[in-house]
Amino acid sequence: MLDADFFHRWMIAAAGLVDRDAEHLTELDSAIGDADHGSNLRRGFAAVSAALAKEPPQTPGAVLSLAGRQLISTVGGASGPLYGTLLRRTGKALGGAPAVSRADLARALGEGVAAVSQLGGAQAGDKTMLDALLPAVDALGTSFAAGRDAARAGAEATVPLRARKGRASYLGERSVGHQDPGATSAALLIAALADTAETAGGEA
Amino acid sequence: MLINVPETVVADALRGMAASHPELTVDVENRVVVRRDAPVAGKVALVSGGGSGHEPLHAGFVGPGMLSAACPGEVFTSPVPDQMVRAAAAVDSGEGVLFVVKNYTGDVLNFEMAAELADEEGLRIEQVLVDDDVAVTDSLYTAGRRGTGATLFVEKIAGAAADEGAPLDRVAAIARRVNESSRSFGVALSSVTTPAKGSPTFDLPAGELELGIGIHGEPGRERRAMMTSREIADFAVNAVLDDLRPGGPVLALVNGMGGTPLLELYGFGAEVHRVLRERGVVVARTLVGNYVTSLDMAGCSVTLCRADEELVRLWDAPVETPALRWGR
Repeated sequence: MLDADFFHRWMIAAAGLVDRDAEHLTELDSAIGDADHGSNLRRGFAAVSAALAKEPPQTPGAVLSLAGRQLISTVGGASGPLYGTLLRRTGKALGGAPAVSRADLARALGEGVAAVSQLGGAQAGDKTMLDALLPAVDALGTSFAAGRDAARAGAEATVPLRARKGRASYLGERSVGHQDPGATSAALLIAALADTAETAGGEA
Repeated sequence: MLINVPETVVADALRGMAASHPELTVDVENRVVVRRDAPVAGKVALVSGGGSGHEPLHAGFVGPGMLSAACPGEVFTSPVPDQMVRAAAAVDSGEGVLFVVKNYTGDVLNFEMAAELADEEGLRIEQVLVDDDVAVTDSLYTAGRRGTGATLFVEKIAGAAADEGAPLDRVAAIARRVNESSRSFGVALSSVTTPAKGSPTFDLPAGELELGIGIHGEPGRERRAMMTSREIADFAVNAVLDDLRPGGPVLALVNGMGGTPLLELYGFGAEVHRVLRERGVVVARTLVGNYVTSLDMAGCSVTLCRADEELVRLWDAPVETPALRWGR
C-alpha cells in the first residue's frame, strides 16, 4: 500500500525531474508557446517541496491537496490552475485513507484528469497535457512502469497534432511538428511516480 | 539586458514603481499595486492583471479614472488567484469590483478561481473578457481571440464610468460594449527575448516580418518579406476594419510593441490615418505610444474602437496614472 510518505516522495521526485528538465520544457514552449513552462513549474514544485517539508500531511489525499494548493498559488499561467486542479481533485478522490493501493490511485487520478478536462475544456487529441495523462491513467491499472511508458508515448504522439487549446492554438497549422510542453511535463509527473514506486521496491 | 538576475525582474520593477510613485501602494511581496486612496467611497473598483512584460499595462494604469489595482504575474505568465483576491479586498468600497481579464487560457482560469474565492469572502465581482485580436480565428479550434490593445480602451473608459459613480452592472456593461466595439492587429519586426530564456523566443531573420502576432512572443500566422510602414498600415488597418462593426467615428491606438522608436511609430500613425481616410473612417481621438508591449519586441499594433458620444466623453474624462494622465 502507498502511504503519505510515498506521496510525499513522489512530489519531491516530481520537483527533481521538473528542475532537471526545466530548460527542455522552456525550449519546447518557445516553439509553440511563450518560453516559460519550465521556469514556472520549477517555481511551483519548489514551493510544493517547501510546503510539504514544513508540515508533512498525514494522508495521501492531504499530500496531493496541499501540493495542488501550492501550485495554484505559485505557478500562474494556465499550468497553475490545471496542475493544481489535477492534484487537488486526485487528493480529494483519495479521501482520508491513511494508505491506498495502486488501483485506488489510478481511479483517483482518473477523476483528477477529468476535472482538468472540464476546467480547460480540452479533449484527447487537442495537443495538451491530457494526451499524456489519459493513457497514463489507463496504463496505471497494469503497473507503474506501464503508466510511465504510456505517458511518455502520449507526449511524443503530440508532435503531429494541431493544437486546439491554450496558447499554441493561435498558431493553427504551425503548431504541427512540435511536442507539446504540457504533455511533456505531465509525462514527467507520471515518471516521478514510477521512479518513486521503484525506489520503494516492487509494485504496490 | 538591464537586469540583475532573471528571477527578480518583476520584484525589481515593482520596487522601482514604489520608489517613483508615492501615489500608489506597491506590495512587492504579494505583487499587488493599489491606488493609495483606495477604497474610494461610493465608487465601483476596477482590478486587472496579467503577465509582466507588457508595461505600462497594467500597473501603469492604476490611479484615479482608470484601474483601482493591478496584479502583475511573472513575465508572460498570468498572476495567481491569491493576488486578485487580495487586490479586490483592498479596493472594494462595498460597491463591487470589476475584473478586466485578457482572453488567455491562464488569465481566464486564474481570474475565474479568484472570482469564486472573492465571492466566498462576500465580495461582489463582475468580470469582463477582452478579446480584440482579429489575427486569431475565433472558433472551437482555438482558445479564442487574444486580448491586446483594446484592454487600454476598456480600462480607461470603464474606469471613467466608475469614477462618475456608475453602479457595477453599468460599469461592466460599458466595459463589454468597448470590447465588442474594438478590434486589433499586430505586427512583429523582431522576436522577443524573455529574461528567463535570454535568447529570442522565435527565430525571425532580419528582412522578414511576422503578421498577426500576439503580445507574448508567440509567433504570428504568417511570415513575409519586410514591408514598408505604408504597406503594414494598409494590411493592419484593413484587417481591423474588415472585422469591426460599421458606422461612426473611432478611437485609434497606434501602439508600439516596446522595441520600435516613437519616430517610426508616429510615421506609422500617419499611414494609419491615411488608410482610415481612404476608407472613409472618421478618427475621433488618437493615442500613439508604447502602451501594450511585448518586452523588447520591435513592431506595432493598431486598435480601433467604434465610439459613440458617450464613449468619447468617457475617453476624454480626467485620468491620473503613471502612464496615462490628462484633464486633471
